[in-house]
Amino acid sequence: MNGALPAIEITPSLLMVVALAGIAALAAVGVIAFNNPIRSALCLVVNFFMLAALYFTLNAEMIGVTQVVVYTGAIMVLFLFVIMLLNLGAPIVKPEAKEPQTLVGLLLGVVLFGVVGSQLLPPLLSVVKVGAADNYGSPEALGRTLFTQYMFPFEAVSILLLIGVVGSIMLAKRRI
Amino acid sequence: MIDLILQLPPVVQAVIRALMFVIVAFTMVPVSIWLERRLLSWMQDRIGPNRVGNITFSTTSKRVPAFLKGKKIHLFGILQPIADGVKSFFKEDLAPKNVDHFLFFIAPVVSLFPALALGATIPWGPWTDLTPVADVNIGVLYILAISSLGVYGVVLAGYSSNNKYALLGGLRASAQLISYELAMSMAVAAVVMTTGSLRPTQIVAEQSGPLWGIAPGLQNWNIFTPTGFVAGVIFLICMVAETNRAPFDLPECESELIGGYNTEYTTKKWVLFMMGEYVAMVTYGAIFATLFLGGWNVVPIRWSFLAEQEPVLATPLGWMNGLNMYLAPVWLIGKVLLIIASYIWARATLPRLRYDQLMSLGWKSLLPLGTANLILVGLWMVATRVGGPVVGWAAWAVASGIVYALYTLIKKTVSADAPSLAPRTIRLDHSPAVKPVPEPAEPVSVAS
Repeated sequence: MNGALPAIEITPSLLMVVALAGIAALAAVGVIAFNNPIRSALCLVVNFFMLAALYFTLNAEMIGVTQVVVYTGAIMVLFLFVIMLLNLGAPIVKPEAKEPQTLVGLLLGVVLFGVVGSQLLPPLLSVVKVGAADNYGSPEALGRTLFTQYMFPFEAVSILLLIGVVGSIMLAKRRI
Repeated sequence: MIDLILQLPPVVQAVIRALMFVIVAFTMVPVSIWLERRLLSWMQDRIGPNRVGNITFSTTSKRVPAFLKGKKIHLFGILQPIADGVKSFFKEDLAPKNVDHFLFFIAPVVSLFPALALGATIPWGPWTDLTPVADVNIGVLYILAISSLGVYGVVLAGYSSNNKYALLGGLRASAQLISYELAMSMAVAAVVMTTGSLRPTQIVAEQSGPLWGIAPGLQNWNIFTPTGFVAGVIFLICMVAETNRAPFDLPECESELIGGYNTEYTTKKWVLFMMGEYVAMVTYGAIFATLFLGGWNVVPIRWSFLAEQEPVLATPLGWMNGLNMYLAPVWLIGKVLLIIASYIWARATLPRLRYDQLMSLGWKSLLPLGTANLILVGLWMVATRVGGPVVGWAAWAVASGIVYALYTLIKKTVSADAPSLAPRTIRLDHSPAVKPVPEPAEPVSVAS
């Protein structure tokens, strides 16, 4: 983009971040590359787990653990549950004919990648130090912020979730 | 020793701390297997394994001293787990042809990982340099996060086996673990609220305060406080469900599902599953001891406080304090063994739950109880802050009375048209048996 990259000192923590990010990216590719839905779901699990590890390396332990509790531990288990309940195996792959859709899709994909990348890259290049300040994402700080500064949004979101739960029960049950 | 370790680079220190936990956890596996087999056989009035490890001295050899000739030393089959392990490892390792080979292979590993990772935040002594592996300020949340990963091994094994019984086992496991996770989080949240910290070391330190804020000579173990007791019972039940042990062993229910998720597994892979189960028992036992049983303290007595109060007895009380501190890992392991014994006791006593009973216990009993407990904890905290410990407990008693009255009221109005969840019974017909009268045989007409 603008000039050469600033010289980055190679430290063990940087290598750690790069390794975790690499595994996460590979797993993300795996999600769409596998034919078997359960393999895709497992790749997503690995991706979420590595994302949590990345949060840990950035001193944001609370959000990392929440990531594992919510996504890896609950949502992905439900995904797997549904996949297993429907017993989805790998579909029989038909050799696809060369169609113009594929080319257009690829082109649009590259364009999307370029647009997102051009927006994301400049702020990322200006990062000099990896990691948040101590206590930035600690449970104490998070709780204090949630219950003082963001009190109203927090309660509103919890009521919204409650409505969602009640609504899903209403939809699922034939007779209350 | 500690100074020597502290001079090493931090990474090496962390590895040493992790090894100290992992080695102990693995050593506890054969111990708990032996304990289970002996205790279960005793409870079921059987003999159980009693041969492996016995020493019989020769009557003829000249190397044996005279007083030992022909003597037998009985060691209650202490080496039986080793014999079991060797047997399992040397059996033929086979996998069915149509399994998903990659997933089939990694499933046992995945099931062992959370069991080992769970113990990373458990303090096993007063030495902050050696324990826990990571003293993070989200320790309790970490435990909940890792325990929610325990389902993956079972689910993967069930799916990859390509066997309908294994798949059913995996499905049951995922439903069961999701259900009991919630009640478990509620129980843990009650402890976190009373302590005011997510750090397990802080939870242990808080439990060595004066009991109920009133009795200064005793320690305030969470299991002794009313709110902590309710949370403890919920946690204990959920813990058994999370480790897939009887009476919650529906995923491997052998009377319905052959072996459930591990039907197709043989030898080493099966051993890994079992190892994961026992390591999980050990680590969950350590977590229970940390959260509710005062951590590594041996008895709920505050030795140092008593030594200050009674200068005459200061020396013996000081010794007791030293014993409590320096043998801390021993006390923690003792508590873990007690909890494992209670697991075995539950297995020998209770029949397996039916699936709908399992779900209704988790969602309709434990989760509401945990939530009510959480609200009562909040009330107790406010009342204690306003008027001291006595007012706090009085408020707790009044509020729990109100909650109980509400519960009975709701139950009375609801139970009229609710479907009965009582155990299914077989009505026996007590009329005397009638000998069936054979019908007169048709005269066989012989066609000529």
